[in-house]
Amino acid sequence: MTDSRIDYYAVKKHAHDHGDHDHSHDDHAPVAGEDEGPPSEFAIMSRAMQEILEAKGVITAEQVTRRMEQFEEDFPYRGSRVVARAWTDPEFRKRLLDDGKAACTEMGVDLEADRLIAVENTPEVHNMIVCTLCSCYPRALLGMPPTWYKSRSYRSRVVFEPRAVLKEFGTELPDNVTVRVHDSNADMRYVVIPMRPQGTEGWSEDQLADILTRDTLVGVTVPRVRT
Amino acid sequence: MSAAGGETGSAQSRPSTYTPAPGHRYEVGDAVRVKRRYPPGHRRTPHYIRGKVGTVERICGAFPNPEELAYGFDGEPKKVLYRVRFVQKEVWPRYRGPARDLIEMEIFEHWLEPAGDTGGRT
Repeated sequence: MTDSRIDYYAVKKHAHDHGDHDHSHDDHAPVAGEDEGPPSEFAIMSRAMQEILEAKGVITAEQVTRRMEQFEEDFPYRGSRVVARAWTDPEFRKRLLDDGKAACTEMGVDLEADRLIAVENTPEVHNMIVCTLCSCYPRALLGMPPTWYKSRSYRSRVVFEPRAVLKEFGTELPDNVTVRVHDSNADMRYVVIPMRPQGTEGWSEDQLADILTRDTLVGVTVPRVRT
Repeated sequence: MSAAGGETGSAQSRPSTYTPAPGHRYEVGDAVRVKRRYPPGHRRTPHYIRGKVGTVERICGAFPNPEELAYGFDGEPKKVLYRVRFVQKEVWPRYRGPARDLIEMEIFEHWLEPAGDTGGRT
């Protein structure tokens, strides 16, 4: 029961308790892949399998790379269109909040097996998404997840120090805003509907989609009007 | 904040993509405790939430049991899946943010018990 791959709190607790110094939360490594430690057993097995198959001439490295690129093409980033519609059409927004999958289908975005829950940011609530158990992500809507989303650091820290993680993404929230973290741990997938910033009045859906970056739909940043 | 999503019986003409959950044990707003159990195998209940008390935020529907699916079985009978809302300071005693902060996740019915029960506690 102390499998460090699943018991994140144990890992984090150890990391916090082992030192005799009282460090602040600002000196954590930034959210990125560099704190990933040695490769996992599965990563080593996967690498070894690829090398054997390449040595035997069954596959080539180019084919593997091509397949990985194919994943990107299979799952393009389409979430910005959906959320831009929600910003401009209150009825669509309501349908998206009621049944995310059906609303996406309406826009021609097939989420396949994913059940989608849309959560809306308000002046009182900021939502952010994580999957602590693995890296569940609404791929059909947002494309392939970024490396940081899959990192142990992000997955373990967002659930218990979300504000510190947000700060590292440049998102500082006052204490009167509730931070609502969603651990995407089973069958649902999530997308954040950010607040539409001032200065976007009269913008087209395409213009709005431009500032709805992937990170804003995961909830680690908020959309900004570029000046 | 609207706690419940579209699962609370709003009569709509559009069919929902969610699986109905007939016979579910808990309702939105019910106080529930996640069982403090550590069985082996594939579980979707994070360790950090076991033993914690939250409230049902919405009923997601009935889904094939991942604990069966993981081993090549069909996942039947389906299990009712809930979204449960927890207060961060109750999940993490050393949580540094304000008391209003929340964390929510999906918990299958067989991992929940009424918050009044002490079963599962040591």
